[in-house]
This record gives sequence, structure tokens and C-alpha cells, in this order.
Amino acid sequence: MSERKIRVLVAKPGLDGHDRGAKVVARALRDAGMEVIYTGLRQTPEMIAEAALQEDVDVIGLSILSGAHMALVPRVLDLLKASGLEHVRVFLGGIIPDEDVPRLKEMGVVGIYGPGTLTKDIIEDVRRAVLGVSTS
Amino acid sequence: MSIAESIRMATGDSPGGRLALARLLSQIEDDDPRGLEALNDLFPYTGRAHLVGVTGAPGTGKSSLVNRLVYHYRHPPTGEAPRSVAVVAVDPSSPFTGGAILGDRVRMRDLAGDPGVFIRSMAARGSLGGLARATASVTQVFDAAGFEVIFIETVGAGQAEVDIAQLAHTTIVVEAPGLGDEVQAIKAGILEIADILVVNKADRPGVENTVRALKGMLELGAPQPRTFRHHGALLESLLETKPEVPGTWTTPILRTVATEGDGVPELLEAIVRHRAHLETTGEWQRRDRARLQAELEALVAQRLFEGWRRRVAPAYYREILDRLARRAISPHQAAEAVLVGSGEAA
Repeated sequence: MSERKIRVLVAKPGLDGHDRGAKVVARALRDAGMEVIYTGLRQTPEMIAEAALQEDVDVIGLSILSGAHMALVPRVLDLLKASGLEHVRVFLGGIIPDEDVPRLKEMGVVGIYGPGTLTKDIIEDVRRAVLGVSTS
Repeated sequence: MSIAESIRMATGDSPGGRLALARLLSQIEDDDPRGLEALNDLFPYTGRAHLVGVTGAPGTGKSSLVNRLVYHYRHPPTGEAPRSVAVVAVDPSSPFTGGAILGDRVRMRDLAGDPGVFIRSMAARGSLGGLARATASVTQVFDAAGFEVIFIETVGAGQAEVDIAQLAHTTIVVEAPGLGDEVQAIKAGILEIADILVVNKADRPGVENTVRALKGMLELGAPQPRTFRHHGALLESLLETKPEVPGTWTTPILRTVATEGDGVPELLEAIVRHRAHLETTGEWQRRDRARLQAELEALVAQRLFEGWRRRVAPAYYREILDRLARRAISPHQAAEAVLVGSGEAA
């Protein structure tokens, strides 16, 4: 068998138009050997769940800087569950107030990353979530 | 329900079928034996889909074009039934990190939410000819699942990216004006594989030069009769022309503006015409047989090599390599030695 590749969907749900962060993370994940399906701006939760299914991804990275995360994230998680994709790990990046973090983690978001996060930490967390091993 | 049965529900509204299909594609990409077994079960159901390859240099608008083409297949003029369509988009992997950015889905917004469409992105994973090793198998799965048209989109900028011509029934090569293609067009390889040539972004300056350069390149292979005006009278050209053999395909050069949808219905019509041409001339069966033969021989070569690799004694192999590195023997002599030495017939 060939070596197992981690497949990550990177998407920006909603109307937020700032994609530089998402692109930086996408490139970092590629440089870490992962296959990144980059779907870009203005994705609906339905489009994200559909892409996650068709591409059989291990991980979804959502980038939200608009403040709409408490509306968008639950919708994505519900659709993943309805599609048989509960195993897909969801990570969230962007502008996420501290007080929302516990609720989001309760919903099932695995990692939450604000400005200043080191990409190597995201990579480490993704590898641990998918492969169950520490790579340090 | 067997894998084969659940896959074959994937073109309809069956979410379970689509999930099973997506998982099977991953197994095939990862060389999982379960994937191979399912492929064996599914193979009798293959052979009906129309495989359409779309290739061309980066920046020519292939993904936008595929987006519009698929949309037209899914929304045909009234009366016709929409065809189910799969899209396989192949992007290169980094030779250093093994990772990839698969960004072709970005351009395919018009197809979101349509249960008759399935889009799968693949990384080349080290293959050099423009397609991943697993791409042919992936198209077989879509074929067996009942998708009627399968687009395979791949980057092709040089002369090595011709895998697509062997896999696809109809190969579309996409150019765009102003990318320096006037010179590129003269190079052999990628333009020779085109069944249909498309100049996309045809609203940009330089489109006439690009079309002219492509026409010139095509005519080097098959000159067309010309008429010249001389003192106001029409003269037939004295150029030698190949007689028009019935059943030959003349590669059309089409202009499109994919982002506006201009020229896309005409392109779809050319694709449909090409399919009909392949079927009436028997070329469909010939290409199918040739493709399967190539796949068979590649698998045989792989198995033979692996068998030899298992049989050859490592110490003996190292000794031969050492002698080769010292230039005591040549590569051909080394090959003879390792094959004979491991019990293979010369």
C-alpha cells in the first residue's frame, strides 16, 4: 500500500471575503505533505458537506473572520452528521472570541486558532487528530 | 448489498451510494486491496461512459470551461434528458513534500448541490505524465457507477502530458491568447493529441494570432485547399492536398469565453459529434482495446518486476551494483547478471 495521505478541505463559509489566512494555512498543510482541497470563498454549509463527502476528506478547516461562526459551525456539523461524516475532524480559524471557544469545543470542533497561531501547531494537531500519533 | 450494488446507486439520490463511492475512490488511490477487489467486481459494468479529457497550460481556464460544459450537460435544451457527469480533476503533487493544493473545485460553483454530478480532486502523487497512477481506475469506478460522461481535467504544458490522450475518448486542448502560445503551438506533442482545440478567453487581444498559429500547426499535418485572389479572380491553390478520406476527423478550433458561457454550447456539440464519429468508424472499440492492452501490459511489467525483486538475493544484487558503480561492467551486463543470477530466462 502507498503511504497514507491526509486530505484536508479548506473552506470559507458565509460572506467573509478575507482569504489570506486560509491560503497561508492551505500552503502550510501542503508543505507538510497533505492534500488540500481548497474551495475558496462564499461556501454554504451544504457545499462544504457535499465537498467533504465527494472528496472523502479526513479534516475540514473552516476560516471565519466575519463573526458568524456560532451560526455557521453548528450547521456544518449537523450536515456532516446527516451525511455519515461524523469521523471528519473540524478545525476552525479566524476571529473567534474566547467566550465562544468552550461551546464550540462542546459541539465537536477539535481545534480553534486565532491570529498569531503558528502553522506548525496546526499541522501537529491535524496529524494527531487523524493518525492518532504525536509527531514531535 | 455488495460494494458494486451500492456504488451503482451513486448517480441517483442515494447518499449511502455516494459515500460508498467516495470511500472506494480513496481505497483505490491508496492501493488498498479492498479497492482492487471492488474494481474486479465492477469492471464488467464499465465501457459505456464517454471519457472527455481537458488539458492545457495553467491559466487557460480549463476548470471554468469544465464547469460550464458540465452545466450544459445537466441543463440540456428542453426535451433531452440530462446526462449524469463525473469530474476528475488532477493537480500536481510537490516533488519535495508530497503534498498538493487541489484547487479546481473553486471554479465549479454552478454544479454545487446537483445529485447528478460528482467532482473528485486527485493529486498526481509522483506520476509525471499528467495523470495519477490511479486516475484510470477512478474513471472505471465512475463508469461502472453509471455516470454517462466523465471529464478528466489535467495540467498539460509540455510534451510529456499525453497520458490523457490514451485514457480519454475525446481530448480537448485549451489555449488562451497572449500566453506566448504562438511559439508553443508549433511544438509537437500536446497539440497533436487534440481532438478539439479550444481558444478560451477569446475576448482577449491576440485571439486571432492564436487561432492562426493553431491552424498553421494543424495544416502542417493535413493541408487544406486554399483559394487565392489574383487580380480579382479566384484561383485554386496549387498546393498538394490530401484527399478527404471519409471517416476522418478534422480537428475543429473553437473560441470560448468560459466565464460568460460564450461558445460552450458549440463546444458541447463538437464533443457529441466526436463521440458519434468514434462509434460509426469503429474507433471507439479500437481505442478501448488499445487502452486496455496498455493497462494490461503495465500491470504485467509491474508484477514481473516485483517477482524478480522478491527473488533476487540482496547480497548478490549489491555485488552487481558495486561492479556497475566501479564501471567493471556496463548497465546492460549488470541487467543480464541480475536476471540470469536470479533464475530468470535471458
